[in-house]
Amino acid sequence: MKRRFIFHPCGNYHEKYEPQLNVYETDYGRLWTAVGIVMLFTMVPLTSSQYILYVVNSIGIAAIAAVGLNILIGYTGQISLGHGAFFGVGAYGAAYLATRWEIPFMLSVPAAGLIAALTGLIFGLPSSRLKGLYLTIATLAGQFIIEYVLIHWESVTQGTMGITLPTAKLLGLEITGDVRFFYVIFTLLILMLWMAVNLMRTKYGRAFVAIRDNDRAAEGMGISIFPYKLLAFAISSFYAGVAGAVWAYYTLSITTEPFNLGLSVEYIAMVIIGGMGSMSGAVFGAVFITGLNEILRWGTDLMMNMGLVSQLGLNMAPLREFVFGLAIVLFILFEPRGIAEVWRIVRSSFRLWPFSY
Amino acid sequence: MDFFIQLLVNGLSVGFLYGISAMGFVMIFKSSSVLNFAHGELLAIGAYIFLVLVTWAQLPVYAAFLLTMLACFSLGFIIERLFLRPLIGEPLIFVIMLTVGLAAMFKGLILLIWGGNLHTFPDFLPEWLTFSWGAVTVQPVYSLALVVGLSFLALFGIFFKFSSQGIYMRSVADNQRAALSLGVNVKNVFALSWAIAALVAGLSGIILGIINGVNVHDLSAIGLKVFPVVILGGLDSIGGAIVGGLIIGLLETLTGGYISPSLRDVVPYIVLVVILMLKPYGLFGQVEIERV
Repeated sequence: MKRRFIFHPCGNYHEKYEPQLNVYETDYGRLWTAVGIVMLFTMVPLTSSQYILYVVNSIGIAAIAAVGLNILIGYTGQISLGHGAFFGVGAYGAAYLATRWEIPFMLSVPAAGLIAALTGLIFGLPSSRLKGLYLTIATLAGQFIIEYVLIHWESVTQGTMGITLPTAKLLGLEITGDVRFFYVIFTLLILMLWMAVNLMRTKYGRAFVAIRDNDRAAEGMGISIFPYKLLAFAISSFYAGVAGAVWAYYTLSITTEPFNLGLSVEYIAMVIIGGMGSMSGAVFGAVFITGLNEILRWGTDLMMNMGLVSQLGLNMAPLREFVFGLAIVLFILFEPRGIAEVWRIVRSSFRLWPFSY
Repeated sequence: MDFFIQLLVNGLSVGFLYGISAMGFVMIFKSSSVLNFAHGELLAIGAYIFLVLVTWAQLPVYAAFLLTMLACFSLGFIIERLFLRPLIGEPLIFVIMLTVGLAAMFKGLILLIWGGNLHTFPDFLPEWLTFSWGAVTVQPVYSLALVVGLSFLALFGIFFKFSSQGIYMRSVADNQRAALSLGVNVKNVFALSWAIAALVAGLSGIILGIINGVNVHDLSAIGLKVFPVVILGGLDSIGGAIVGGLIIGLLETLTGGYISPSLRDVVPYIVLVVILMLKPYGLFGQVEIERV
């Protein structure tokens, strides 16, 4: 059959299940995505300054981790409070493999992801066989235990000294500087997004959603909950690990400090604010939170320069914490489906004009 | 041997404080099966309100204490009215994420107002609260803690077992929709349980503040240490919270004394993982037969 260019139908005309599984409802979506990717890869590195590029790269790394957390929170209905620690495990895994065994970038990043996933399994194993939110509590424990291990397992992590990584090499090309990293990070992000979107269309993804919506009914339909919950948790930790590994190569020198509970809460904020159960939502959330971080830093610097507040009077960390908390609370109360839903409403009101509601 | 006895006494007293701190948490879990991640911040808010009333407003201790209790009780109501009531009937995951957000918000707010430094209360406890048996002397704070802990234990036991509100609370925790359809006023249950929990948290915050000084980082760390305590004791058991607190406190001081001081803060979480593996409903928790 000849393939036709599909436009928006004025109703739901699905006669089979297959069209409902499509990622894109129309070919317009496919086209826009392609255009967007081309624009992203050509325009951004050429036009932006080094600082902007650094922020964009941070967004890309955060988005990889947030997509992973969204698989767990948004699609499987389990909360992880240890995502920041698994990010750290990935970073240290990559650093260890790269410095001790001189494993190349191409292999050490997925290997770091696998290490993070295995670490996740250790904490997920006892908790996810129980109903309810025991996984949340176990990941809280995981957060603290991993932080402790990272600081005190000195033969591997070199404790508070930190590890300095070698320059990443990909296909004989040295990846240095923000522009090259931009291409690596965003290629990886698109790959991971593509994997996540397609995972949700498989048997496994549908099982995750079934568990989220009603675990008893899912069990009744023959989905064994325990392995699927564990699988979702391992996949989300894998994403965190990969993001952490890339981050380690990007910053070149890592210490144990950033991987605390605050980072985990930041990722949760990304998922909630972006939109639970939406892949684009995780990216929106990463943009929002990273952008908010930079705006707050910029704002406090500006206020200090203008002499409105003294150096001691305004510390950035508490303000940031307050604003993040407030953003989480406001989004849960007023738009629980996050920015992705706002975006959908805006888009559909354009499409349905002049009959939008 | 002296060292061991000293550690034992320290551990038991620290553990009892953990137990008292955990009671407010269990209160909320028992009445709405919500894991409250903002519990440490509730402890801190109580302690800071008391601090302001005693040192800045120079109120007499009894008046300051009563006002703090009143403020915490109303704070519980306000939290319920502003943040939790819109979420009645929504999936539990939203409520729990909301408490994560509230925790960050309150902690940031407290840090913005009072900063991260250690504050101390003036010494105000009367001497007659000091007890001594032979070599062992009980500081007035600890006897106060003992009285508070035991009386709340008894009160909560009676409340959940016999009062109609207590039974409503348990029904809401069991199944919110079923409780709603049977005519339980879920709004009242939420409001009352958060108000009582905030009050208990404020009270334990004051006691912790007398002993360790008031510092939001320490208090919110204790708010998270509540999780191992209640998992060990059983999530829905108030008595279990006390027993769990004692065990966790003992383990902490013993590892701190004999193995390594840096391991001290991590031991509770290791215990948590082990307990989840061996006895997931804790020592005194109600075992759910259904495992999904």
